[in-house]
Amino acid sequence: MERRTFLKVSAAAGGTMLVPVFGHAIAAEELLSPVAVAFKKSLADAAMNAATKAGASYCDVRIGRYLNQFITTRDTNVENIVNTESSGVGVRVIAGGAYGFVATNVMTPDSVAEAARQAVAIARANARLQGEPVQLAPVQGVGEVAWATPFTKDWRTVPVKDKAEMLIAANKAGMAAGATFMTSMLFQVNQQKYFASTDGSYIDQDIHRLWSPFTATAVDKASGKFRTRDGLSSPAGMGYEFFDAKPQHKIRAAGGVTTLYRGAYDIVEDARAAGRQAREKLTAKSVEPGKYDLVLSPEHLFLTIHESVGHATELDRVLGYEANYAGTSFATLDKWQTKKFKYGSDIVNFVADRTTPGSLGAVGYDDEGVAGKRWDIIKDGVLVNYQATRDQAHIIGEKASHGCSFADSWSSVQFQRMPNVSLAAGTKPLTPDELVKDVKKGIYILGRGSYSIDQQRYNFQFGGQLYYEIKDGKITQPLGDVAYQANTQEFWNACSAMCDERDWRMGGSFFDGKGQPSQISAVSHGSSTTRFNGINVINTARKIA
Amino acid sequence: MKLLDKDGAQRIAAKVMALTKADECRVAISGSRKGNVRYARNSVSTAGLVEDTQLSVSVAFGKRQGTAQINEFDDKSLEKAVRRAEEVARLAPENPEFMPAIGKQDFKPSGTFNANANAFTPEYRAEVAFQSIDAARKKGLVAAGYFSDSTGFECIANSNGVFGYQELASLNFTVTTRTEDGRGSGWVNRAAYDPNGFDARAASDIAIEKALRSVEAKALEPGRYTVVLEPSASSDMLNFMFGAFDARQADEGRSFLSKKGGGNRLGDRLFDEKVNVWADPWDAGAPVLPWDAQSMMARQRTDLIKNGQVASLDYDRYWAQKTGKPASADHGNIIMGGGSKSTEQLVAETKKGILVTRTWYIRMVDPQSLLLTGLTRDGTFYIENGKIKHPIKNFRFNESPVVMLNNIDELGKPMLIGDASSRFRMMIPAMRVRDFNFTSLSDAV
Repeated sequence: MERRTFLKVSAAAGGTMLVPVFGHAIAAEELLSPVAVAFKKSLADAAMNAATKAGASYCDVRIGRYLNQFITTRDTNVENIVNTESSGVGVRVIAGGAYGFVATNVMTPDSVAEAARQAVAIARANARLQGEPVQLAPVQGVGEVAWATPFTKDWRTVPVKDKAEMLIAANKAGMAAGATFMTSMLFQVNQQKYFASTDGSYIDQDIHRLWSPFTATAVDKASGKFRTRDGLSSPAGMGYEFFDAKPQHKIRAAGGVTTLYRGAYDIVEDARAAGRQAREKLTAKSVEPGKYDLVLSPEHLFLTIHESVGHATELDRVLGYEANYAGTSFATLDKWQTKKFKYGSDIVNFVADRTTPGSLGAVGYDDEGVAGKRWDIIKDGVLVNYQATRDQAHIIGEKASHGCSFADSWSSVQFQRMPNVSLAAGTKPLTPDELVKDVKKGIYILGRGSYSIDQQRYNFQFGGQLYYEIKDGKITQPLGDVAYQANTQEFWNACSAMCDERDWRMGGSFFDGKGQPSQISAVSHGSSTTRFNGINVINTARKIA
Repeated sequence: MKLLDKDGAQRIAAKVMALTKADECRVAISGSRKGNVRYARNSVSTAGLVEDTQLSVSVAFGKRQGTAQINEFDDKSLEKAVRRAEEVARLAPENPEFMPAIGKQDFKPSGTFNANANAFTPEYRAEVAFQSIDAARKKGLVAAGYFSDSTGFECIANSNGVFGYQELASLNFTVTTRTEDGRGSGWVNRAAYDPNGFDARAASDIAIEKALRSVEAKALEPGRYTVVLEPSASSDMLNFMFGAFDARQADEGRSFLSKKGGGNRLGDRLFDEKVNVWADPWDAGAPVLPWDAQSMMARQRTDLIKNGQVASLDYDRYWAQKTGKPASADHGNIIMGGGSKSTEQLVAETKKGILVTRTWYIRMVDPQSLLLTGLTRDGTFYIENGKIKHPIKNFRFNESPVVMLNNIDELGKPMLIGDASSRFRMMIPAMRVRDFNFTSLSDAV
């Protein structure tokens, strides 16, 4: 990841977390006044006219205003409140069959026209080194349209004091229940994105997302042991109503081991459980390594999906564009072309989408003006498609883009980013408790933990937050020191059962990094509680001198 | 806007501090000009240039602090930034751990700038890409690489008379070269302050040789092996460890440096006695700014590990005051002492072992033992009787850097690691390590 500006915040025990921060700090009341659409259209027209006049065969203009508010707390103290804003214009052109891109934060017609002319000059310079000319899959211009994340409570209007009090209440609940220390954070994002292109689209979008992670740490001074339990919250593409959890938003985990959430989140309740569970982890039985049937909760499984299916089916990785950093993919075109490549067992179906309400990936249009859609990636266990942008669609015989082109800022060039990639729920009625009943020797894993995967997405290792032993169909006791190692294809072919739609929910990644210089993206992954047979579990306990 | 010189930066800092009615004021100004070129599939994919100058102003009323940032420098904008910071400070809750602005510091200049940095032009970057792609093409290979350069300045000032200004320049280059059939892959990383010492073609040739030699990889059984780790193969692991040298975490019982029963492990011999690590802003190979912008404290040369003993921990100003210890500035670099031998010489003196070029996707598994997991990548070879015998398939490892630094057999010559994602600039030697724990095989090339 490129060193940008980082906000250093306390995170899990043993270190700090560096959170990328874009833009400059502003006063809260300035967050609410949007830039006038007519002004944005006039800027976009100025850029597109200049580009066309300079010889561009295509031009798109992205005018962005990115607003963030981050709050970090430690125990009973508010450590930091940061408001940031970043505004500017990015102009991308095709000239001589090659791309050119220039961005400016000077938002005047003259400045954006000059940026457009420079972009054409860069495109012409790049054209000399270009093998094949860029081919864009066609997009029908949509004229002047608008799209906004559906929400009922705007995070920008909720007083900072109320938010800080909520986090401190969670910290206090965690400490009262057994945690020695608590840290909690609240990330809130508003992207006001205007997109215009020479295809005839003028798209104004208002995107809202938020996430509230925390870490409870329990210390036993006598033994020198400490354990942590992170929050089970999922980041969401919604407003502040996310924190108004009602009974219908709560889900009982198998065996009643904890409470889980869908569509809203009770951070204080989860922090209370975390305090108790962090303490419980200090004395949990250390796992016996070996083969186990794993029962994976959606708050855990989303990250395994993200790494082993989401990234592996990005077409730019498959083609080699990310070879120097993120890597390539085992899911190569020749495997896909056979139409028989068994990525997973027959019950494994993955759908990509940019439409699910409340998800991080939901948008009206991508950064090439392509409307959000849904499509199959893996059908009945077979690899059937990838994630493509306009310039990639022809490579896999598609007539249109999948709408997967995104930039994390007006100053970054858009490139292929992951949509929501979700595991479809089981078709037969099955609850988590019923699923556990059939498991003889297994482990139930909840929450997002340690994660690592190789650069072609074959070999991975994942940990979680909570582990429970399953013996003869019953959850018996908490376990510790658990991680599982597997090969992607073997793992998904070992998928033997999944709960039905009633248990399906989304987890997500708020700061997914990719590219050089690195850009971040937010994406959700849904699933229901799912079973995998005979997976290799290792014991991660070590003694140091 | 044009990058500010020392007088220009000082004038703006003074103007900002004169504007505030708060109890105290801290100012940081940084300007940079960052260029890059990215290529893949033997073709340039993107090239860019970003110029920016930012002002951050932080004010405090008692224990309430507020910060604002802008990138405009006319008088009206400066005033606006100050008023915003004041407003945030008035609304912020009191921070019981607030530390007042530090007193005047003495900053001895360090060599972070090189006048040859003017060589960073679009033509220079294009030539880097061309040399790298051309070398790969001639061997029938496919190159994907990234070159980035940065020149700029940093300035800090506060209302107690602290002032610092220094220029910086650096470049960073990585390239992955792969065979057409995807069975071989090699990688190289180069960082430098002076473009005159950087040769894109020579660097690319190393990645090319590794790609050609890494086809026909054989599988070895996972287990504990002697390894020769190139500097880039261990730097990420060390980065995790030195990022966790925090005294507060240790004293609070939530660190690998916590002591059973309470307290921390300062002074304990946790590592092999050959291990010596220090931070030094004036190090000739990896100079960094002589201050830490957050605390505005002057950095000092500081031993972190001396002959295998934990020689110091990081005390921020609040924790230092609370525990009655001296505070330390955040270190900007990590220098690990070594010998004079090259990686090749370490290989030549290895009876049986594994040469690791690069490690990847390293994550914390257990902060209690600092157990990390990750994988080898882009050039992993079996060594027998001092020779590279054949390429081997990549491994996943589960290993703690604490254990790794206890099993040191020999250290080679330190090299500059310029990974932009790292918190530190690092000088790390190649090392031969016994019993490195590989836990599974990966099919990835």
